[in-house]
Amino acid sequence: MPDVPTYDDLPADVMRGLISPRMSRRSMLQLGGASALAMALAACGVSSKKGATATGTSASAQAKQFWSDKKQLGTLDFANWPLYIDVSPKNKNDHPSLNLFTQQTGIKVKYSEVIQENASFFGKIQPELAAGQSTGYDLMVITNGTYLDKLRELGYLIALDQSRMTNFYQNASPLVKNPSYDRGNVYSMAWQSGMTGIGYDPKHTGRVITSWADLMDPAFKGKVGMFGDTQDLPNSALLAVGVNPETSTEDDWKKAADWLKKQRPLVRKYYEQDYIDPLSKGDIWASMAWSGDIFQANASGATLKFVVPKEGAVLWTDNMCIPQHAAHPVDAMTYMDFVYTPEIAAMLAESINYITPVPAARRIILQDAAKASGGDKASLTDLATSSLIFPSPSDFSRLHRYRVLTAEEQKTWNSLFEPIYQS
Amino acid sequence: MSVQEALREERVPAPVRRRSRTRWVLPVWSWLVILWLSSPIIVMIVFGFNDTTGKFNIRWQGFTLRWYRELFTIPDLTQALVNSLSISLIVTAIATALGTLMGVALGRYRFRGSGSVNLLLFANIAAPEVVLGAALLSLFLTLGIARGYWTIVIAQVMFSIAYVAITVRARMVGLDPAVEEAARDLGAGPVATFFRVTLPLIMPGVVAGALLVFALSIDDYIITSFNAGNTVTFPLWVYGASRVGVPPQVNVMGTLIFAGGVLLALLAAVANRRKQA
Amino acid sequence: MSRSRLQARLAPYYLVLPGWLWLVLFFVVPTFVMLSVSTQTGDIVSGFKQTFHWHTYVEAWDSYHVQFVRSLVYGLVATLLCLLIGYPVAYWIAFRGGPYKSSLLFLLLLPFFVSFVIRTLSWNFILSDNGIVLSPLRHLGLIGSRFHVLQTPYAVIGGLTYNFIPFMVLPIYVALERVDRALLEASADLYASSREAFRKVVFPLSLPGVFAGVLLTFVPASADYVNASILGGTRTTMIGNIIQTEYFTNLDYPMAAALSFILMALLLVGVFAYARALGTEDVFEVNAR
Repeated sequence: MPDVPTYDDLPADVMRGLISPRMSRRSMLQLGGASALAMALAACGVSSKKGATATGTSASAQAKQFWSDKKQLGTLDFANWPLYIDVSPKNKNDHPSLNLFTQQTGIKVKYSEVIQENASFFGKIQPELAAGQSTGYDLMVITNGTYLDKLRELGYLIALDQSRMTNFYQNASPLVKNPSYDRGNVYSMAWQSGMTGIGYDPKHTGRVITSWADLMDPAFKGKVGMFGDTQDLPNSALLAVGVNPETSTEDDWKKAADWLKKQRPLVRKYYEQDYIDPLSKGDIWASMAWSGDIFQANASGATLKFVVPKEGAVLWTDNMCIPQHAAHPVDAMTYMDFVYTPEIAAMLAESINYITPVPAARRIILQDAAKASGGDKASLTDLATSSLIFPSPSDFSRLHRYRVLTAEEQKTWNSLFEPIYQS
Repeated sequence: MSVQEALREERVPAPVRRRSRTRWVLPVWSWLVILWLSSPIIVMIVFGFNDTTGKFNIRWQGFTLRWYRELFTIPDLTQALVNSLSISLIVTAIATALGTLMGVALGRYRFRGSGSVNLLLFANIAAPEVVLGAALLSLFLTLGIARGYWTIVIAQVMFSIAYVAITVRARMVGLDPAVEEAARDLGAGPVATFFRVTLPLIMPGVVAGALLVFALSIDDYIITSFNAGNTVTFPLWVYGASRVGVPPQVNVMGTLIFAGGVLLALLAAVANRRKQA
Repeated sequence: MSRSRLQARLAPYYLVLPGWLWLVLFFVVPTFVMLSVSTQTGDIVSGFKQTFHWHTYVEAWDSYHVQFVRSLVYGLVATLLCLLIGYPVAYWIAFRGGPYKSSLLFLLLLPFFVSFVIRTLSWNFILSDNGIVLSPLRHLGLIGSRFHVLQTPYAVIGGLTYNFIPFMVLPIYVALERVDRALLEASADLYASSREAFRKVVFPLSLPGVFAGVLLTFVPASADYVNASILGGTRTTMIGNIIQTEYFTNLDYPMAAALSFILMALLLVGVFAYARALGTEDVFEVNAR
């Protein structure tokens, strides 16, 4: 037994102080104090201080004033999604288009593939922007939809310098010039577009898949993959029940949710971006898929097929935009416009395999195909003639944009569709 | 015959034959379990040598040492590994220091409030990681603190202190206070006593605690993912990469970390044996 | 009172203070903050305000009680499996290990030097439909063509069991290792069979270790979400997944905070009742080496 000092050694008053429940009272006070402090802190709530929102002609004047004193600084912090830029064949971490950019402009690029989902990236940068701090990035790529809208509404994006967009206005496809989600391209320039359709392995399905209805085939029970999100999944389901998502009503949403509920027993898993591995391995035979993923998987040796379903598919666009408090905005603008030169657009398209915003890139790819030989020639020709990269006008008629939702509608929408993939 | 011989004759053990029929069950079971536990590691090591061309390291395509040569060719992955190592070292240093002091106090002294401190440590260990991470995230969100490198450090120290405190406390309880008293009698102040007498005696407990913290910290996923912001640690990077395809470099890094751990343990065993000799 | 006497009296408080402060600031206070966030209303765009909206808890339970129960069930099953699988191994090493005890323990724990994300991803590979385990079984006709392990509750529970074995084996091993061999000799002298000796002597003495192991396994297993995310499918979603989604995808902080609080309350109440029946000291004692 350790020989600790006993109470007999102490004077009476100190002893009294020690024996009385001072500790428990002290701990109570501490507890109370801590919770009072916490409640006081928390009473402030999680803030969302809005930045200045630019609208109308005063906005362009504001923008001009903003850009008047900004200079090129020689660095660019670029945040992007994984596998969304060209890679050199020898080294997956070397990006020829970025090297070319540095050569021509002297701007060094720090490239980070940190965006996995719009929602989680938004959640990461929101507190910083709300606090008026820099996100650490000058350029980021955000899909049109809820989060791009939120960024705009909250004033978290810097209005672009229209005078530095010559390549854009000269070469951009009509699909991305003046789009419905950003009239006048005030805040964004398209990076790539894509379609959410169906990817499947004909070896396993045994037949050709042509429609969303095929994903209800009982023969595929336990071998179907769908996305677990509130954009691609619900909008595709709306198409499956024969409704145009852009003009759908709440009744339509309920029908779509019912369709999904009926399909549930057939679905193996509601994936995020990770459906490609199981599809390649054969764990699933058919899945909701992004057009570029299937193209890339095939380039790595898979034998998958992508189809734009009969009922239609969703077309989405990932957009380059500049967050507030970016340290090098001019360098960002320089890069954004650089990407719209046909040669660079072709370089990117040849690697990324999504829908390029520069139609003139097609000509360049065909030229490259003519110069190449063997397997390269075949793949480049495939690329130039693929409707997945250069959709035809008839394809456009089957492509639709996401339903734009107000905050109230978003709540109803989420409550209808989240339980489908979250239970 | 003598009394001892008689007693020895009395003490006849139960027939061995009855036990030997089932004696093999335990070893077989245990070795099967060890095999089961090792199988994913074997897969990981093997596929670090796979000459894969695609994004997905799932089909064996030939043997190569290429990934060992190209180990640091993915800048983000290398950065994530560096982050993990540096964070873990810092966290180990801080948590071991704070936890050791707590462990010494709890093991050596009886004081008012030791009960509530014990309760705090217990609650900290018993609370699930999701809750620990989420609560801290709530704090950071409310105060508008951006999450990143240092919030990871804060979070990891928070869940590590208790482990060190408990380990050191157990060691402390078994310590004879006479040694410390002797030091004080010889004129050593409390600080000197601590560093020259107490600490060396509890060192095995401190080291055990530190190793535990390091292991928990470098592998932590849940609490870190809640509080990491844009910073990426090794487990976070691997999890993110699994969405699109884990490169073989990850297998190689896992293999090397594993080999490093084995080496450390072997060194510890050798050092231990030498100490006993 | 002399100065050194006072110092001696205050010494433990000084020692405890830094660590205690860290825990209060970053564990206790955040828990209260989380409680406060859970009663706020609003959204990420227009901000959150404290409105003491306790109804969020009702909504949380209404929407997700299935996942709560499922998580507790998975945790319980995984814990029982860990116990059944791990106890014999702990026993074997403690009693039959002889001079190789540490080496065997080391061998057992060796796989856990590798990051658990990597280990779980490896299982994803091993258990895939056309992978190295199921393919041969299918060729031999032992399983049907539609049989799959991944994306079933079995895969998730299997993953949980796998990842938490050390947390069960170590405390039990420590308790068994401390059993005085003389007690076994005594029981043999009293003509107890080895089975009886186990039942009446060894097992009761190992109970503190069993309790510690159960505690250290059940709580984290129930709250895990990585196994469900990598190995799971539809209908295996655990409450940890929901909490993560609410924080990072839906950005619905009040709901996320409410869910976390309910989970913590459920688990901590169970744990404290459990520990009270046992006495916290014992749990700590056995857990530490």
